[in-house]
Amino acid sequence: MKREKNWVNYYLQSTSGIVGAVLVLIMITLSLISAFGLAPHDPLEQNPMDALQGPNGTYWFGTDQFGRDIFSRSIDGMRRSLSVALLSVGLATLFGVTLGVVGGYLGRWIDNIVVRTSDVIFAFPAILLALAIVNSLGNSWIDTSVAIAIVYTPIFIRVARGPVLSVKEMDYIKSARVLGYSSPRILGRHIMPNVFAPIVVQVALSLSWAILTESGLSFLGLGTQPPDASLGLMVSEAQALAAFAWWSLAFPSIFITIVVIGLNLVGDGLRDALDPARRSTS
Amino acid sequence: MRDLLSLQGLSIQTSSDKRSLTADVNISLVEGEALGIVGESGSGKTLTALSILGLLPRGVEVVSGEINFNGENLLSLEPERLREIRGKEISMVYQDPMTALNPVMTVGNQLLEVLDYHNHEVKNPESHVRESLIEVGIPDPERALKSYPHEFSGGMRQRAVIAMSLLLSPKLLIADEPTTALDVTIQRQILSLVSKQRSRRQMSMLWITHDLGVVANLVDRVAVMYAGRIVEVGTTKQIFNSPQHPYTQGLLASLPVASSRSRSRLASIPGVPPKPWLVGQSCSFADRCQFVQIRCRESLPLLDAQGSKSVACFYPIASST
Repeated sequence: MKREKNWVNYYLQSTSGIVGAVLVLIMITLSLISAFGLAPHDPLEQNPMDALQGPNGTYWFGTDQFGRDIFSRSIDGMRRSLSVALLSVGLATLFGVTLGVVGGYLGRWIDNIVVRTSDVIFAFPAILLALAIVNSLGNSWIDTSVAIAIVYTPIFIRVARGPVLSVKEMDYIKSARVLGYSSPRILGRHIMPNVFAPIVVQVALSLSWAILTESGLSFLGLGTQPPDASLGLMVSEAQALAAFAWWSLAFPSIFITIVVIGLNLVGDGLRDALDPARRSTS
Repeated sequence: MRDLLSLQGLSIQTSSDKRSLTADVNISLVEGEALGIVGESGSGKTLTALSILGLLPRGVEVVSGEINFNGENLLSLEPERLREIRGKEISMVYQDPMTALNPVMTVGNQLLEVLDYHNHEVKNPESHVRESLIEVGIPDPERALKSYPHEFSGGMRQRAVIAMSLLLSPKLLIADEPTTALDVTIQRQILSLVSKQRSRRQMSMLWITHDLGVVANLVDRVAVMYAGRIVEVGTTKQIFNSPQHPYTQGLLASLPVASSRSRSRLASIPGVPPKPWLVGQSCSFADRCQFVQIRCRESLPLLDAQGSKSVACFYPIASST
């Protein structure tokens, strides 16, 4: 018997999914170029003689008030923003989904502890909580990521726990028990695939939020510190210049927009590709 | 013949406030026999079935009694052994075929997993699975294997569920109203399918239903449950031809008869069943019984065996034949 068609094939059938993947891949490639020091200019190097130049052959995206190359700074900022987003959402997904699934499946006191704890975290405004955590941890990108992860974990707990609660009451889970399957197997093979779709969408959305949260933290003077570049920091620094040097604000903003749209499209495409009921209709 | 399954004095209660849900249930099933358990919602028929598999919902527990299956007491088995028995020797079909299959796995993979998990010694699992689908009357099994449950109709799904439950050739099949959610024509097809498979495989069956009409041509014996107790057991013929318990008689009288030309209303039993934990030491049917006597309210009638038939009533209705 031929096994089911791969979900990758279904993903590749959707135009928006491909567009999203291409956008995200471009951004990742640019980040890698910066990570390997292949950017056209040093993102930190100041050239006062070339300050505030518009886009031209040497400085593709123009320069800022210190004469730093905005293209090089943008891709370096993208690298930093993406790293923070990936690490923070990765941590939040790992802990949030594990706690949510275990709590939802086992119920009783374990569930109670999980839900109450996440309620407490929910009670604080996200940026305020992240600020407090960054303040107590430090300013490195890992500290920032951990702070954002703590703020986002309860969201993943909720997203994972809800579907588990409804799926575990379904007859196919009961019959999996009747068939003698062990609990880990029921969780892994029968419950998890059913809660996968909302989690994937949540991951894609959270990645874009995390980029925005990191930008917010940098804007407030925590997170990425000058002279390092992050997309959020560049936007906030460019505010004063925007009136006469549009490029200093435009390009980092466009980068944020592209990566956020790309991640959202990827999330939608994955959701459709992973849900058998949806893909047969497309 | 020896009993394949016997429940002895099985009582189920809620763990927190000790409310009795079923009391003193005795059921036995010899190999190859089919028993129907008939009762209203809340009569304890599903709980009884779930207790056999050790799958009672949280907060509900067996407080006394024994469940013997093939010489082993299921209530005192190691979890490992119990898991082995489930699926391999006892399997179950649920009421709602719409939710009985995992929506994110192909039907083929779900069937293969059963074989895979229980390390079933089959040379070619895929052809074994294909044959099992043909047996339950699924046309084009090749396509069915690659389909997802949502591509199936309700009847097809129930067929697939039955194929899955028969895959390991269990000795006992427990069916919890598997035809309730289907329309009558499909219901008929499923019933005859199950009948055929049962006689071909010499399999025992426990068929739980609230509909006496469903079990009439399907099972060898019928047990009628009321408010957590069995009130009457007998061969299908005995139960249908000469019901002795007033409740059984009331149930039968409420069945519509196709040949009847009268335009009168169907008979009904006035009132609702009592909560099993509120019955106490009286006949649970006393308040609704048209033949009630003082003794019925003062003590509890126990199942009284007379040959192949037993009835829990002080004043059983004399057989009309």
